[in-house]
Amino acid sequence: MKDLYLVYKNLTRKKLRLFLTCFAIFIAFLIFGAITALQGALNSGVEMSADNRLITVNKINFTQPLPFSYVNKVKSVEGVKDVSYANWFGGFYQEAANQVVTMAVDPDTYFTVYDELVIPEEQLVQWQSNRRGVLVGERIAKSFNWKVGDTIPMSSNIFTNKDGTQTWQLQIDGIFGAQDQKTDTGYIVFHYKYFMETQTWGGDNVGWLILTTTDSALNEQVSDAIDINFANSAAETETSSEAAFNKAFIEQIGNIGLIIFGVVFMAFFTILIVVGNTMVLAIRERTNEIAVLKTLGFSSIRIFKMILIESCLLSFIGGLLGLGAAFVIVKGASEAMARFLPNLVLDQGIVLQALGYMLLLGLVTGIVPAIRALRLNIVSGFKGA
Amino acid sequence: MSEEVLFDLAEVSKKFVKGKEQISIFDGLNMQIKKGDFVAIMGPSGSGKTTLLNLLGGVDQPTSGQVSFDQKRIDKLSEGQLAQWRANNIGFIFQFYNLMPMLNAYRNVELPLLLTNLSGKERALRVANALKLVGLEDRAKHMPSEMSGGQQQRVAIARAVVSDPKLLLCDEPTGDLDRKTADEILETLQLLNKEFGKTIVMVTHDPSAAKYANHTLHLDKGEFVTEAK
Repeated sequence: MKDLYLVYKNLTRKKLRLFLTCFAIFIAFLIFGAITALQGALNSGVEMSADNRLITVNKINFTQPLPFSYVNKVKSVEGVKDVSYANWFGGFYQEAANQVVTMAVDPDTYFTVYDELVIPEEQLVQWQSNRRGVLVGERIAKSFNWKVGDTIPMSSNIFTNKDGTQTWQLQIDGIFGAQDQKTDTGYIVFHYKYFMETQTWGGDNVGWLILTTTDSALNEQVSDAIDINFANSAAETETSSEAAFNKAFIEQIGNIGLIIFGVVFMAFFTILIVVGNTMVLAIRERTNEIAVLKTLGFSSIRIFKMILIESCLLSFIGGLLGLGAAFVIVKGASEAMARFLPNLVLDQGIVLQALGYMLLLGLVTGIVPAIRALRLNIVSGFKGA
Repeated sequence: MSEEVLFDLAEVSKKFVKGKEQISIFDGLNMQIKKGDFVAIMGPSGSGKTTLLNLLGGVDQPTSGQVSFDQKRIDKLSEGQLAQWRANNIGFIFQFYNLMPMLNAYRNVELPLLLTNLSGKERALRVANALKLVGLEDRAKHMPSEMSGGQQQRVAIARAVVSDPKLLLCDEPTGDLDRKTADEILETLQLLNKEFGKTIVMVTHDPSAAKYANHTLHLDKGEFVTEAK
């Protein structure tokens, strides 16, 4: 503890250098915090996927429909537990800027295959019996201040209502949440039948099938059986686990994981060089002082520790400031983009990871000058000066 | 003056290897320093003055021979043991003061006390006394860069005596100072020797400085040639 003052004075002896080095570390941890939070948000759909849930889409493209008859055919495949289906609506609320993820689903089976969603029984029953009813997720309800009983005009940028408009008046019968806070509840679902009867495109199609297997070990077998069943048909299928489907959906942008790893790696590598070089120079400038301290009776190991503490302090000052800034930015972005990136959060895991990197950065950048100081011979130290 | 021997160098050799050549600084040097003595060591450049001071201060080890302090051998101590021994027994005063530029006078003087178990209060008292001894009690908050060479050297003296060591080793303590300031510093060293009983070994090129010592040893090519005064 008595040496901390000495460490502090050494650290702050060149204020501009301290500022610039801290700023470099600040930027690295700002990038790390923000980007890792973004990666977490993008991956949350993958992480929250159920093990035994599969998605069947049209093999050409997931925007292409599948015949409705596939629902019963898939149900009969061995190993399939429950089947549901959904159709993309492409909705917005009141104005185009208020995009709302909206799906037309089967009210009898949707909450069976998504059993992690939570809704009061009476609300579910009410919705199932009300063909114009809609269930809204907690997050989206909060975002638009919707309440049970409200009628909301939902417009589609794809479909046209038979009344000539592109808007459907839907009644909120319930609000669903989830067992896990990270599960996305930023969307709404309404009746598939009502949608098909009121839209002008017609057709006896569904957008995709959602099914659960009796055992996740059977996933591959069930996937193959379904896809083989529809091979060489007009609408061939591609069945994959929900996690793989979500991952593939995200990776339409590119290999997010690789991009993020690349950015973070480059940021840290650059910082490692900058801070490492700064520490080596800073300690080299102090060769004479280290020799003096040793002459006065400071042991080599004590000086070694002081230098490591100094480099770790430097890393933690810049790192914590950068992480703090990332927290503020992520919090702001999370509020602004709540509907698109519901799980954008700089969580405890990222903080712990960042603290680990700060410690590692401090130790790696300090170890070379600390060893040099440890090995410094007093006589050579004075001659060097 | 007590006749008890503080330092005893017996058959000390010191050799360096420079490239393929082996350079011998001392070869069988014998020397004794008595407790309470004030010894000046003079000699031309390369005669081994600073090497001798380094051996006495335990910052360098002899190639062979024995170095004993208070009848205990220090040439066999490990680096860590030597560091502790220096902290307990030796005060160093350098030609260029060697103060820590980022610490004020108070903190510079306090440095050796950080190696002790003294409380903050006890350290403060000792530092105040040391600064008073060298007449710089009103400069405690000043940084080295805000002080003259003479003042810096006085801070260095305060740092050397603050832990109450038995021996002060001075390497050209007045080499960077004007005559008047040098005399003030030497008077302070003399005071420490006479009033506080500190044993002092001072390396110097300056015959005027050597006059403040009780003895002057002349080194040439690693051997004592004559003893003046």
